[in-house]
Amino acid sequence: MIEINKISKWYGDFQVLTDCSTRINKGEVVVVCGPSGSGKSTLIKCVNALEPFQQGDIIVDGISVADPKTNLPKLRSRVGMVFQHFELFPHLSITENLTLAQMKVMGRSKEEASQKGLAYLDRVGLKAHAHKFPGQLSGGQQQRVAIARALSMDPIAMLFDEPTSALDPEMVNEVLDVMVELAQEGMTMMCVTHEMGFARRVANRVIFMDKGQIVEDCAKEAFFGNVEARSERAQQFLSKILQH
Amino acid sequence: MDINLGNIWHARDFILEGLQYSLSLTGFAMLIGITAGTVLAIARLSSNRMVSSAAATYVNLFRSIPLVLVIFWFYILLPLITGIQMGADKSAYITFAIFEAAYYCEIIRAGIQSIPKGQINAGLAMGFTPAQNMRYVILPQAFRNILPLLLTQTIVLFQDTSLVYVVGATDLLGAADKVAHRDNTLVDMYLGVAIIYFTISFSLSKAVKQLHGKIAIIR
Ligand SMILES: Nc1ncnc2c1ncn2[C@@H]1O[C@H](COP(=O)(O)OP(=O)(O)O)[C@@H](O)[C@H]1O
Ligand SMILES: [Mg+2]
Repeated sequence: MIEINKISKWYGDFQVLTDCSTRINKGEVVVVCGPSGSGKSTLIKCVNALEPFQQGDIIVDGISVADPKTNLPKLRSRVGMVFQHFELFPHLSITENLTLAQMKVMGRSKEEASQKGLAYLDRVGLKAHAHKFPGQLSGGQQQRVAIARALSMDPIAMLFDEPTSALDPEMVNEVLDVMVELAQEGMTMMCVTHEMGFARRVANRVIFMDKGQIVEDCAKEAFFGNVEARSERAQQFLSKILQH
Repeated sequence: MDINLGNIWHARDFILEGLQYSLSLTGFAMLIGITAGTVLAIARLSSNRMVSSAAATYVNLFRSIPLVLVIFWFYILLPLITGIQMGADKSAYITFAIFEAAYYCEIIRAGIQSIPKGQINAGLAMGFTPAQNMRYVILPQAFRNILPLLLTQTIVLFQDTSLVYVVGATDLLGAADKVAHRDNTLVDMYLGVAIIYFTISFSLSKAVKQLHGKIAIIR
Protein backbone atom coordinates (compact mmCIF):
# COMPACT_ATOMS: atom_id res chain seq x y z
CA MET A 1 0.00 0.00 0.00
CA ILE A 2 2.77 2.45 0.99
CA GLU A 3 6.25 1.71 -0.28
CA ILE A 4 9.11 3.97 0.79
CA ASN A 5 12.22 3.42 -1.33
CA LYS A 6 15.54 4.91 -0.27
CA ILE A 7 14.28 8.37 0.59
CA SER A 8 16.87 11.07 1.28
CA LYS A 9 16.09 14.67 2.02
CA TRP A 10 18.18 17.73 2.79
CA TYR A 11 17.38 21.14 4.20
CA GLY A 12 20.24 23.03 2.59
CA ASP A 13 23.36 21.26 3.83
CA PHE A 14 21.57 19.47 6.64
CA GLN A 15 20.49 15.94 5.79
CA VAL A 16 17.18 15.23 7.53
CA LEU A 17 16.51 11.81 6.03
CA THR A 18 19.10 9.27 4.92
CA ASP A 19 18.16 6.32 2.74
CA CYS A 20 14.89 5.51 4.48
CA SER A 21 13.10 2.44 3.19
CA THR A 22 10.10 0.53 4.47
CA ARG A 23 6.74 -0.69 3.34
CA ILE A 24 3.32 -0.74 4.89
CA ASN A 25 0.99 -3.39 3.56
CA LYS A 26 -2.76 -3.11 3.33
CA GLY A 27 -4.31 -3.42 6.77
CA GLU A 28 -1.01 -3.07 8.58
CA VAL A 29 -0.46 -0.76 11.53
CA VAL A 30 3.08 0.57 11.76
CA VAL A 31 4.25 2.67 14.68
CA VAL A 32 7.17 5.05 14.13
CA CYS A 33 9.09 6.23 17.18
CA GLY A 34 12.39 7.88 17.90
CA PRO A 35 13.90 10.90 19.63
CA SER A 36 12.72 14.42 18.90
CA GLY A 37 14.31 15.78 15.75
CA SER A 38 15.04 12.33 14.31
CA GLY A 39 12.94 13.05 11.20
CA LYS A 40 9.69 11.22 11.98
CA SER A 41 7.42 14.12 11.00
CA THR A 42 9.47 14.78 7.91
CA LEU A 43 9.23 11.15 6.80
CA ILE A 44 5.47 10.88 7.34
CA LYS A 45 4.90 14.17 5.50
CA CYS A 46 6.88 12.83 2.56
CA VAL A 47 4.28 10.07 2.20
CA ASN A 48 1.58 12.50 1.07
CA ALA A 49 4.04 14.90 -0.50
CA LEU A 50 3.60 17.68 2.03
CA GLU A 51 7.41 17.63 2.10
CA PRO A 52 9.36 17.21 -1.12
CA PHE A 53 12.43 14.96 -1.08
CA GLN A 54 15.50 14.92 -3.28
CA GLN A 55 16.22 11.20 -3.63
CA GLY A 56 14.25 7.99 -3.70
CA ASP A 57 10.55 7.45 -4.27
CA ILE A 58 7.39 6.68 -2.40
CA ILE A 59 4.65 4.62 -4.01
CA VAL A 60 1.17 4.96 -2.53
CA ASP A 61 -1.37 2.52 -3.90
CA GLY A 62 0.71 2.11 -7.04
CA ILE A 63 1.16 5.85 -7.60
CA SER A 64 4.57 7.52 -7.40
CA VAL A 65 4.62 10.56 -5.11
CA ALA A 66 7.81 11.92 -6.69
CA ASP A 67 6.54 11.71 -10.27
CA PRO A 68 5.88 15.30 -11.40
CA LYS A 69 2.93 14.02 -13.45
CA THR A 70 1.14 12.71 -10.35
CA ASN A 71 -2.01 14.57 -9.38
CA LEU A 72 -0.96 15.29 -5.80
CA PRO A 73 -4.24 16.82 -4.54
CA LYS A 74 -6.06 13.69 -5.71
CA LEU A 75 -3.50 11.40 -4.09
CA ARG A 76 -3.63 13.36 -0.83
CA SER A 77 -7.42 13.25 -0.77
CA ARG A 78 -7.17 9.46 -0.59
CA VAL A 79 -4.73 9.45 2.33
CA GLY A 80 -6.01 10.76 5.66
CA MET A 81 -3.68 12.74 7.89
CA VAL A 82 -3.98 13.67 11.56
CA PHE A 83 -1.66 16.28 13.04
CA GLN A 84 -0.16 16.91 16.45
CA HIS A 85 -2.02 20.20 16.79
CA PHE A 86 -5.32 18.94 15.30
CA GLU A 87 -5.43 21.68 12.64
CA LEU A 88 -9.18 21.89 12.42
CA PHE A 89 -10.20 24.95 10.42
CA PRO A 90 -11.01 27.45 13.20
CA HIS A 91 -13.27 29.64 11.07
CA LEU A 92 -15.59 26.75 10.20
CA SER A 93 -18.10 24.87 12.34
CA ILE A 94 -17.46 21.20 13.11
CA THR A 95 -19.98 20.21 10.43
CA GLU A 96 -18.28 22.45 7.87
CA ASN A 97 -14.89 21.04 8.84
CA LEU A 98 -16.25 17.58 8.12
CA THR A 99 -17.96 18.41 4.83
CA LEU A 100 -15.91 21.08 3.04
CA ALA A 101 -13.33 18.83 1.39
CA GLN A 102 -15.92 16.14 0.67
CA MET A 103 -17.84 18.69 -1.37
CA LYS A 104 -15.02 20.68 -2.95
CA VAL A 105 -12.57 17.84 -3.55
CA MET A 106 -14.77 14.78 -4.01
CA GLY A 107 -17.75 16.62 -5.47
CA ARG A 108 -20.24 15.14 -3.02
CA SER A 109 -23.54 16.91 -2.48
CA LYS A 110 -24.08 18.79 0.75
CA GLU A 111 -26.56 16.19 1.98
CA GLU A 112 -24.28 13.28 1.21
CA ALA A 113 -21.30 15.02 2.79
CA SER A 114 -23.20 15.90 5.98
CA GLN A 115 -24.58 12.41 6.26
CA LYS A 116 -21.14 10.89 5.96
CA GLY A 117 -19.44 13.48 8.17
CA LEU A 118 -22.02 13.26 10.93
CA ALA A 119 -21.90 9.45 10.88
CA TYR A 120 -18.15 9.62 11.59
CA LEU A 121 -18.69 12.36 14.16
CA ASP A 122 -21.12 10.02 15.88
CA ARG A 123 -18.55 7.24 15.75
CA VAL A 124 -16.02 9.34 17.63
CA GLY A 125 -18.78 10.18 20.12
CA LEU A 126 -19.22 13.87 19.32
CA LYS A 127 -22.47 14.11 17.41
CA ALA A 128 -23.88 16.62 19.90
CA HIS A 129 -21.10 19.08 19.02
CA ALA A 130 -21.78 19.32 15.27
CA HIS A 131 -22.82 22.97 15.34
CA LYS A 132 -19.94 24.18 17.52
CA PHE A 133 -16.64 25.70 16.45
CA PRO A 134 -13.27 24.01 17.03
CA GLY A 135 -12.26 26.58 19.64
CA GLN A 136 -15.22 25.53 21.79
CA LEU A 137 -13.99 21.91 22.08
CA SER A 138 -11.31 20.40 24.30
CA GLY A 139 -8.07 19.17 22.72
CA GLY A 140 -9.14 15.55 22.87
CA GLN A 141 -12.47 16.36 21.26
CA GLN A 142 -10.77 18.40 18.53
CA GLN A 143 -8.44 15.54 17.73
CA ARG A 144 -11.37 13.12 17.49
CA VAL A 145 -13.09 15.53 15.10
CA ALA A 146 -9.85 15.70 13.09
CA ILE A 147 -9.89 11.91 12.80
CA ALA A 148 -13.55 11.96 11.75
CA ARG A 149 -12.73 14.65 9.18
CA ALA A 150 -9.99 12.50 7.66
CA LEU A 151 -12.18 9.38 7.69
CA SER A 152 -15.07 11.09 5.94
CA MET A 153 -12.90 11.23 2.80
CA ASP A 154 -12.90 7.38 2.71
CA PRO A 155 -9.10 7.17 2.90
CA ILE A 156 -7.19 4.08 1.81
CA ALA A 157 -4.65 4.72 4.60
CA MET A 158 -4.25 7.03 7.58
CA LEU A 159 -1.15 8.93 8.69
CA PHE A 160 -0.86 10.11 12.31
CA ASP A 161 1.86 12.51 13.42
CA GLU A 162 2.03 12.42 17.24
CA PRO A 163 -1.75 12.71 17.57
CA THR A 164 -1.72 12.65 21.37
CA SER A 165 1.43 14.50 22.31
CA ALA A 166 -0.22 17.92 22.48
CA LEU A 167 -3.02 16.63 24.71
CA ASP A 168 -3.50 16.86 28.44
CA PRO A 169 -2.90 13.38 29.92
CA GLU A 170 -6.55 12.77 30.74
CA MET A 171 -7.50 13.20 27.08
CA VAL A 172 -4.95 10.85 25.57
CA ASN A 173 -7.04 7.73 25.97
CA GLU A 174 -10.17 9.02 24.28
CA VAL A 175 -8.07 9.59 21.13
CA LEU A 176 -6.14 6.32 21.42
CA ASP A 177 -9.43 4.42 21.81
CA VAL A 178 -10.61 5.76 18.47
CA MET A 179 -7.29 4.79 16.88
CA VAL A 180 -7.35 1.30 18.36
CA GLU A 181 -10.85 0.75 17.03
CA LEU A 182 -9.76 1.95 13.62
CA ALA A 183 -6.78 -0.40 13.65
CA GLN A 184 -8.96 -3.33 14.64
CA GLU A 185 -11.27 -2.60 11.74
CA GLY A 186 -8.36 -3.13 9.39
CA MET A 187 -7.37 0.43 8.47
CA THR A 188 -3.86 0.79 7.06
CA MET A 189 -2.08 3.10 9.50
CA MET A 190 1.28 4.77 9.87
CA CYS A 191 1.49 6.33 13.33
CA VAL A 192 4.26 8.47 14.70
CA THR A 193 3.71 8.10 18.42
CA HIS A 194 5.46 7.39 21.67
CA GLU A 195 2.41 5.64 23.11
CA MET A 196 4.01 2.24 23.52
CA GLY A 197 0.82 0.85 25.06
CA PHE A 198 -0.90 1.59 21.78
CA ALA A 199 1.97 0.01 19.87
CA ARG A 200 1.79 -3.16 21.97
CA ARG A 201 -1.95 -3.46 21.48
CA VAL A 202 -2.41 -2.91 17.76
CA ALA A 203 0.87 -2.40 15.92
CA ASN A 204 2.11 -5.03 13.49
CA ARG A 205 5.50 -3.42 13.22
CA VAL A 206 7.54 -0.81 15.01
CA ILE A 207 10.03 1.48 13.27
CA PHE A 208 12.68 3.25 15.31
CA MET A 209 14.30 6.33 13.78
CA ASP A 210 17.40 8.20 14.86
CA LYS A 211 19.25 11.05 13.13
CA GLY A 212 17.24 10.70 9.95
CA GLN A 213 17.74 6.98 9.58
CA ILE A 214 15.48 4.00 10.08
CA VAL A 215 17.50 2.11 12.68
CA GLU A 216 14.97 -0.60 13.52
CA ASP A 217 12.09 -1.94 11.50
CA CYS A 218 10.73 -5.12 12.97
CA ALA A 219 7.66 -6.98 14.13
CA LYS A 220 6.11 -5.74 17.34
CA GLU A 221 6.81 -9.01 19.15
CA ALA A 222 10.50 -8.78 18.33
CA PHE A 223 10.70 -5.08 19.18
CA PHE A 224 9.24 -5.42 22.65
CA GLY A 225 10.03 -9.08 23.32
CA ASN A 226 13.67 -9.37 22.52
CA VAL A 227 15.08 -6.06 23.70
CA GLU A 228 18.67 -7.33 23.84
CA ALA A 229 18.65 -7.90 20.10
CA ARG A 230 17.80 -4.24 19.48
CA SER A 231 20.36 -1.61 18.59
CA GLU A 232 21.97 0.30 21.40
CA ARG A 233 20.27 3.53 20.40
CA ALA A 234 16.85 1.89 20.38
CA GLN A 235 17.50 0.33 23.79
CA GLN A 236 18.50 3.69 25.22
CA PHE A 237 15.39 5.32 23.78
CA LEU A 238 13.10 2.57 25.05
CA SER A 239 14.58 2.64 28.52
CA LYS A 240 13.93 6.39 28.62
CA ILE A 241 10.31 6.30 27.56
CA LEU A 242 9.40 3.09 29.38
CA GLN A 243 11.04 4.14 32.66
CA HIS A 244 7.87 5.26 34.39
CA MET B 1 -13.97 87.34 13.57
CA ASP B 2 -17.37 85.72 13.64
CA ILE B 3 -17.77 82.01 13.21
CA ASN B 4 -21.13 81.04 11.82
CA LEU B 5 -21.51 77.36 11.05
CA GLY B 6 -25.01 78.16 9.86
CA ASN B 7 -23.38 79.02 6.56
CA ILE B 8 -22.72 75.34 5.96
CA TRP B 9 -26.38 74.60 6.58
CA HIS B 10 -27.37 77.08 3.88
CA ALA B 11 -25.22 75.23 1.37
CA ARG B 12 -26.24 71.80 2.64
CA ASP B 13 -27.46 70.36 -0.65
CA PHE B 14 -24.22 71.15 -2.40
CA ILE B 15 -22.13 69.96 0.56
CA LEU B 16 -24.11 66.72 0.80
CA GLU B 17 -23.49 66.06 -2.87
CA GLY B 18 -19.81 66.54 -2.18
CA LEU B 19 -19.98 64.15 0.75
CA GLN B 20 -21.75 61.61 -1.39
CA TYR B 21 -18.97 61.91 -3.96
CA SER B 22 -16.31 61.36 -1.29
CA LEU B 23 -18.13 58.34 0.07
CA SER B 24 -18.67 56.69 -3.29
CA LEU B 25 -15.06 57.34 -4.28
CA THR B 26 -14.00 55.73 -0.98
CA GLY B 27 -16.33 52.76 -1.50
CA PHE B 28 -15.19 52.20 -5.07
CA ALA B 29 -11.49 52.48 -4.23
CA MET B 30 -11.97 50.12 -1.29
CA LEU B 31 -13.76 47.45 -3.33
CA ILE B 32 -11.36 47.53 -6.26
CA GLY B 33 -8.39 48.12 -3.96
CA ILE B 34 -9.13 45.07 -1.81
CA THR B 35 -9.89 42.87 -4.83
CA ALA B 36 -6.76 43.92 -6.71
CA GLY B 37 -4.81 43.97 -3.45
CA THR B 38 -5.70 40.32 -2.87
CA VAL B 39 -4.52 39.37 -6.35
CA LEU B 40 -1.32 41.40 -5.83
CA ALA B 41 -0.71 39.81 -2.42
CA ILE B 42 -1.05 36.31 -3.85
CA ALA B 43 1.25 37.33 -6.70
CA ARG B 44 3.83 38.73 -4.25
CA LEU B 45 3.84 35.41 -2.40
CA SER B 46 4.05 33.37 -5.60
CA SER B 47 7.02 31.06 -6.00
CA ASN B 48 7.32 32.31 -9.57
CA ARG B 49 10.04 34.98 -9.38
CA MET B 50 8.73 36.93 -12.38
CA VAL B 51 5.25 37.16 -10.92
CA SER B 52 6.38 38.07 -7.41
CA SER B 53 8.86 40.72 -8.47
CA ALA B 54 6.38 42.30 -10.88
CA ALA B 55 3.87 42.59 -8.05
CA ALA B 56 6.54 43.86 -5.66
CA THR B 57 7.57 46.54 -8.14
CA TYR B 58 3.99 47.75 -8.49
CA VAL B 59 3.47 47.88 -4.76
CA ASN B 60 6.77 49.58 -3.95
CA LEU B 61 6.30 52.10 -6.73
CA PHE B 62 2.92 53.33 -5.54
CA ARG B 63 3.90 53.23 -1.89
CA SER B 64 6.88 55.48 -2.61
CA ILE B 65 5.10 58.28 -4.49
CA PRO B 66 2.89 60.91 -2.88
CA LEU B 67 -0.74 60.28 -3.74
CA VAL B 68 -1.22 63.84 -4.87
CA LEU B 69 1.38 63.33 -7.60
CA VAL B 70 -0.33 60.21 -8.85
CA ILE B 71 -3.59 62.13 -9.01
CA PHE B 72 -1.91 64.82 -11.10
CA TRP B 73 -0.28 62.29 -13.36
CA PHE B 74 -3.48 60.56 -14.21
CA TYR B 75 -5.35 63.79 -14.65
CA ILE B 76 -2.78 65.76 -16.64
CA LEU B 77 -0.05 63.51 -18.00
CA LEU B 78 -2.05 60.51 -19.11
CA PRO B 79 -4.34 62.52 -21.43
CA LEU B 80 -1.22 64.20 -22.83
CA ILE B 81 0.40 60.89 -23.60
CA THR B 82 -2.61 58.87 -24.70
CA GLY B 83 -4.76 61.66 -26.05
CA ILE B 84 -7.73 60.33 -24.09
CA GLN B 85 -9.45 62.95 -21.98
CA MET B 86 -10.97 61.27 -18.93
CA GLY B 87 -12.05 64.19 -16.82
CA ALA B 88 -11.47 64.74 -13.14
CA ASP B 89 -14.03 62.24 -11.84
CA LYS B 90 -13.07 59.22 -13.85
CA SER B 91 -9.36 59.76 -13.35
CA ALA B 92 -9.90 60.18 -9.60
CA TYR B 93 -11.73 56.83 -9.41
CA ILE B 94 -9.01 55.03 -11.37
CA THR B 95 -6.17 56.70 -9.47
CA PHE B 96 -7.51 55.81 -6.06
CA ALA B 97 -8.29 52.23 -7.01
CA ILE B 98 -4.80 51.48 -8.33
CA PHE B 99 -3.08 53.46 -5.59
CA GLU B 100 -4.98 51.91 -2.71
CA ALA B 101 -4.48 48.40 -4.15
CA ALA B 102 -0.80 48.75 -3.23
CA TYR B 103 -1.62 49.57 0.39
CA TYR B 104 -4.32 46.94 0.78
CA CYS B 105 -1.94 44.42 -0.80
CA GLU B 106 0.57 44.78 2.02
CA ILE B 107 -2.10 44.33 4.69
CA ILE B 108 -3.52 41.27 2.96
CA ARG B 109 -0.06 39.80 2.41
CA ALA B 110 0.66 40.09 6.14
CA GLY B 111 -2.70 38.42 6.79
CA ILE B 112 -1.89 35.50 4.50
CA GLN B 113 1.54 35.09 6.07
CA SER B 114 0.01 35.03 9.54
CA ILE B 115 -1.75 31.72 8.81
CA PRO B 116 0.26 28.91 10.43
CA LYS B 117 1.99 26.31 8.25
CA GLY B 118 -0.02 23.60 9.99
CA GLN B 119 -3.29 25.00 8.61
CA ILE B 120 -1.87 25.09 5.10
CA ASN B 121 -0.67 21.50 5.42
CA ALA B 122 -4.04 20.44 6.82
CA GLY B 123 -5.82 21.92 3.82
CA LEU B 124 -3.44 20.33 1.35
CA ALA B 125 -3.68 16.99 3.16
CA MET B 126 -7.46 17.07 2.67
CA GLY B 127 -6.81 17.19 -1.07
CA PHE B 128 -7.39 20.88 -1.75
CA THR B 129 -5.40 22.29 -4.65
CA PRO B 130 -3.22 25.27 -3.67
CA ALA B 131 -5.86 27.58 -5.17
CA GLN B 132 -8.70 25.91 -3.23
CA ASN B 133 -6.59 26.03 -0.09
CA MET B 134 -6.15 29.77 -0.59
CA ARG B 135 -9.86 30.24 -1.21
CA TYR B 136 -11.32 28.05 1.56
CA VAL B 137 -8.64 27.82 4.26
CA ILE B 138 -6.16 30.70 4.08
CA LEU B 139 -8.05 33.79 2.85
CA PRO B 140 -11.12 33.44 5.09
CA GLN B 141 -8.90 33.26 8.16
CA ALA B 142 -6.55 35.97 6.89
CA PHE B 143 -9.42 38.40 6.24
CA ARG B 144 -10.88 37.82 9.69
CA ASN B 145 -7.50 38.57 11.22
CA ILE B 146 -6.88 41.74 9.23
CA LEU B 147 -10.40 43.20 9.02
CA PRO B 148 -9.62 45.95 11.55
CA LEU B 149 -6.51 46.93 9.56
CA LEU B 150 -8.43 46.96 6.28
CA LEU B 151 -11.10 49.21 7.77
CA THR B 152 -8.54 51.51 9.34
CA GLN B 153 -6.88 51.81 5.95
CA THR B 154 -10.30 52.66 4.52
CA ILE B 155 -10.70 55.48 7.02
CA VAL B 156 -7.34 56.86 5.92
CA LEU B 157 -8.51 56.47 2.34
CA PHE B 158 -11.70 58.41 3.09
CA GLN B 159 -9.63 61.30 4.37
CA ASP B 160 -7.23 61.07 1.46
CA THR B 161 -10.05 61.41 -1.05
CA SER B 162 -10.03 65.11 -0.11
CA LEU B 163 -6.91 65.39 -2.30
CA VAL B 164 -9.04 65.19 -5.45
CA TYR B 165 -9.94 68.80 -4.90
CA VAL B 166 -6.58 69.66 -6.49
CA VAL B 167 -7.95 68.59 -9.86
CA GLY B 168 -11.17 70.44 -9.28
CA ALA B 169 -13.42 67.51 -8.44
CA THR B 170 -16.35 68.39 -6.22
CA ASP B 171 -15.89 66.08 -3.27
CA LEU B 172 -16.75 67.12 0.28
CA LEU B 173 -13.74 69.43 0.54
CA GLY B 174 -14.11 70.61 -3.06
CA ALA B 175 -17.75 71.52 -2.48
CA ALA B 176 -16.95 73.38 0.73
CA ASP B 177 -14.08 75.15 -1.00
CA LYS B 178 -16.29 76.32 -3.82
CA VAL B 179 -18.95 77.62 -1.46
CA ALA B 180 -16.29 79.24 0.71
CA HIS B 181 -14.90 81.25 -2.17
CA ARG B 182 -18.33 82.12 -3.59
CA ASP B 183 -19.73 83.38 -0.29
CA ASN B 184 -16.42 84.43 1.26
CA THR B 185 -17.01 82.12 4.24
CA LEU B 186 -13.63 80.37 4.36
CA VAL B 187 -13.46 79.90 8.12
CA ASP B 188 -16.98 78.57 8.51
CA MET B 189 -16.66 76.17 5.60
CA TYR B 190 -13.26 74.75 6.44
CA LEU B 191 -14.20 74.35 10.08
CA GLY B 192 -17.49 72.75 9.09
CA VAL B 193 -15.97 70.12 6.80
CA ALA B 194 -13.29 69.37 9.35
CA ILE B 195 -16.06 68.54 11.81
CA ILE B 196 -17.77 66.35 9.21
CA TYR B 197 -14.54 64.45 8.38
CA PHE B 198 -13.80 64.02 12.05
CA THR B 199 -17.27 62.78 12.95
CA ILE B 200 -17.36 60.20 10.18
CA SER B 201 -13.79 58.96 10.68
CA PHE B 202 -14.06 58.84 14.44
CA SER B 203 -17.33 56.92 14.51
CA LEU B 204 -15.99 54.50 11.91
CA SER B 205 -12.91 53.76 13.97
CA LYS B 206 -15.09 53.22 17.05
CA ALA B 207 -17.19 50.81 14.99
CA VAL B 208 -14.05 48.96 13.88
CA LYS B 209 -13.12 48.35 17.51
CA GLN B 210 -16.56 46.98 18.28
CA LEU B 211 -16.57 44.80 15.19
CA HIS B 212 -13.21 43.28 15.98
CA GLY B 213 -14.53 41.84 19.22
CA LYS B 214 -17.41 40.24 17.34
CA ILE B 215 -15.68 38.59 14.42
CA ALA B 216 -12.46 37.37 15.99
CA ILE B 217 -12.04 33.61 15.53
CA ILE B 218 -12.44 31.59 18.70
CA ARG B 219 -9.19 29.72 19.25
N1 LIG C 1 11.81 23.62 7.48
C1 LIG C 1 12.95 23.15 8.05
N2 LIG C 1 14.14 23.71 7.77
C2 LIG C 1 15.28 23.23 8.33
N3 LIG C 1 15.33 22.20 9.17
C3 LIG C 1 14.17 21.59 9.49
C4 LIG C 1 12.92 22.03 8.96
N4 LIG C 1 11.95 21.24 9.45
C5 LIG C 1 12.55 20.36 10.26
N5 LIG C 1 13.89 20.56 10.29
C6 LIG C 1 14.88 19.77 11.05
O1 LIG C 1 14.78 18.44 10.62
C7 LIG C 1 14.94 17.57 11.69
C8 LIG C 1 13.82 16.58 11.74
O2 LIG C 1 12.64 17.24 12.08
P1 LIG C 1 11.28 16.46 12.33
O3 LIG C 1 10.98 15.61 11.15
O4 LIG C 1 10.24 17.46 12.71
O5 LIG C 1 11.65 15.55 13.58
P2 LIG C 1 10.69 14.75 14.56
O6 LIG C 1 9.30 14.79 14.04
O7 LIG C 1 11.27 13.37 14.60
O8 LIG C 1 10.82 15.41 15.90
C9 LIG C 1 15.09 18.41 12.94
O9 LIG C 1 16.44 18.48 13.27
C10 LIG C 1 14.56 19.74 12.53
O10 LIG C 1 15.23 20.76 13.22
MG1 LIG D 1 7.56 15.58 14.88
